[in-house]
Amino acid sequence: MNQSFEYSPAPESRAIVNLATSYGLFIDGKFAQGQDGAPFKTIDPATEEVLAEVWGAGPKDVNRAVTAARKAYNQTWRKTSGRERGKYLYRIARIIQERSRELAVLESLDNGKPIRESRDVDIPLVAAHFFYHAGWADKLDYVGLGSSPSAYGVAAQVIPWNFPLLMLAWKVAPALAAGNTVVLKPAETTPLSALWFAEICQQAELPNGVVNIITGDGATGAALVSHPDVDKVAFTGSTEVGRQIAISIAGTKKSLTLELGGKAANIVFDDAPIDQAVEGIVNGIFFNQGHVCCAGSRLLVQESIADAVIDSLKRRLSTLRLGDPLDKNTDIGAINSAPQLAKIVELAKSGELDGANKWQAPCQIPEKGYWFAPTVFTNVTQSHRIAREEIFGPVLSTLTFRTPSEAVEKANNTPFGLSAGIWTEKGSRILQIASQLKAGVIWANTFNRFDPASPFGGFKESGYGREGGRQGMLGYLRPRGK
Amino acid sequence: MSTGRLEIRKTYKLFIGGEFPRSESGRSYEVTDSKNRFLANAAMGSRKDARDAVRAARTAYEKWSNASAYNRGQILYRIAEMMEGRKEQFVSEVMSSEGCTKPVANKIVTAAIDRWVWYAGWADKFATVAGSTNPVAGPYYNFSTPVPIGVVALVAPAKSSLLGLVSVVAPAIVVGCTAVVIASENRPLPAITLSEALATSDLPGGVINILTGNTGEITPWLASHADVNGLDLAGVTNPALAIELTQSAAGTIKRVLPRPTVEPDWFKDPGLERLNFYAEARTVWHPIGV
Repeated sequence: MNQSFEYSPAPESRAIVNLATSYGLFIDGKFAQGQDGAPFKTIDPATEEVLAEVWGAGPKDVNRAVTAARKAYNQTWRKTSGRERGKYLYRIARIIQERSRELAVLESLDNGKPIRESRDVDIPLVAAHFFYHAGWADKLDYVGLGSSPSAYGVAAQVIPWNFPLLMLAWKVAPALAAGNTVVLKPAETTPLSALWFAEICQQAELPNGVVNIITGDGATGAALVSHPDVDKVAFTGSTEVGRQIAISIAGTKKSLTLELGGKAANIVFDDAPIDQAVEGIVNGIFFNQGHVCCAGSRLLVQESIADAVIDSLKRRLSTLRLGDPLDKNTDIGAINSAPQLAKIVELAKSGELDGANKWQAPCQIPEKGYWFAPTVFTNVTQSHRIAREEIFGPVLSTLTFRTPSEAVEKANNTPFGLSAGIWTEKGSRILQIASQLKAGVIWANTFNRFDPASPFGGFKESGYGREGGRQGMLGYLRPRGK
Repeated sequence: MSTGRLEIRKTYKLFIGGEFPRSESGRSYEVTDSKNRFLANAAMGSRKDARDAVRAARTAYEKWSNASAYNRGQILYRIAEMMEGRKEQFVSEVMSSEGCTKPVANKIVTAAIDRWVWYAGWADKFATVAGSTNPVAGPYYNFSTPVPIGVVALVAPAKSSLLGLVSVVAPAIVVGCTAVVIASENRPLPAITLSEALATSDLPGGVINILTGNTGEITPWLASHADVNGLDLAGVTNPALAIELTQSAAGTIKRVLPRPTVEPDWFKDPGLERLNFYAEARTVWHPIGV
């Protein structure tokens, strides 16, 4: 059987996104040119076309943003009742729903992710996060810290480029619900949706200074988290940067939560429903081009079914469509940036040099932009770099195991501990293995599911603190008088 | 003491893996009471002792963290029973260490015993209070349970040699962590006597390990140790040391409970702060279907 399906292009129109040529910073409720620092360009990674110029905030800009957040905390937000804070968040959730199509296109343009994902996953979850946390704002007595817990004050938040607006929602929604004001720095390569969010705050008539958005690179982020008037730091990104932040704020009163890297094991037992497991493996590592900290990047498959699973996986991967992120039929979009692509290429090369067998899905790579075909390594051992380091790309490393205890041992053999997957028909085994895996989120017979009601976060070097659920609120509150 | 019988003194040693070794370094240091009178020579723990203690804690971790909550609760209660039997000894050591009157020492010791009882009761209730089933928007059963963060190192409070010590170590082990504790440097004797109660209380060896010695010398080895997952700086009095330890702990993303600027009043209701610190949520998703 050799059928090839051809689809006509089905691009989502980008006309809905009205881009200006340049953007300033959003401080104290207003967009304005930065005072120090320098402008930089943000590009569409699928075409390398410049989308807009944004401002790389300097130390003065950072200071202005923190000052605005402090003033808003003292003069406005602290005095706003939980019920009223919640109503602002409900408004924001509704505006996000109203503008969801525009936001989805913008996100795919700036990030490179398929419109199918930004439209069906990212943006609906963004709205859901605001809607969920809105309801917490007037129920803080019930989060588990005793009556009348206090906000920290000014929260400095630094987020990554893989889910730009969703990561913003994970940070901003609980912070505001708890009564903090926010200075948020989006990732250098994906600043646009955060600036759109600033405009949504204006539409919602959120008081000035409650949310401030400053764009920039790592230097801007470092200046923000080390600003002396910041009370709370929340970071999502690499373990290395998380480490630097923890070092830089040591000895201060700042409270810190970190959501860092991962190297998740996706464990497939011999009694697993193979077709479903293969879909789960694909979703686990090729969702969002593998730019997912909780990606199932290490496939641990029981030896007796390894060949069948790998064959089925390769067959499935051969049907994935790589290309224009705005095409509704696209499964695999663009790699977010040239440096990220270089890192993926380098690690994939190390896999070959270490002796693993590389297989790539046969797909046409567009001439412009940053792309990497879905890649599967077999014959991988635990000492290989591709089994130990976070690749953050569409690269799956496959290892095998014979017994459940060997699977657990291999799964836990990493400094990370963010997520894991288990595929088996046996319920008692799921609960047993789940209790032995050192991972903060475990998907059994599914993978990469997210929900604002579900706490997300890691063990060990994947960071500390949770985002989502009641547990997520604890990161933005302290007991009264503490 | 003029009866003609010479009192038998106790040799104060370390408590590692359920045993009472001297420091491998062979060193000891003089411990005095609040009026500077000689009390004992305590073992001066070394880097090697600290590493041995971490190894003992890691070895004990798998079994302790998987013990049933009911079992852990009973063992914590058993510790209270053992302390009750040695109450007079604790009272006298707290009096000499902390320089307080007998009624005050009595209050401290009974509060320490009652604290074990309080935490013993949490063993099989904390997951109910801290865990959750989460109503996600889809056909999934989703639940979160608090699980221990692993092996933890605790610097016991400097002043409150017994009640403070119990207040920091009990929450760590009741959730399933195993611990390496640095006793108060100047007031280590009640901690060592506590280890004798622990040794006779069904607590598996290695779940609590107690080191005596110089805080500034031992703690950096624990803060940088890759097999330590959390650090409680309750008893660090030197701010510069606290910063150094926090920065060192960042190397392996350890969870750190910061140094309090003033030693807290340990008689206060402890609340959930430390239980929350020693456990973190594990969330499991499973599809609902036929």
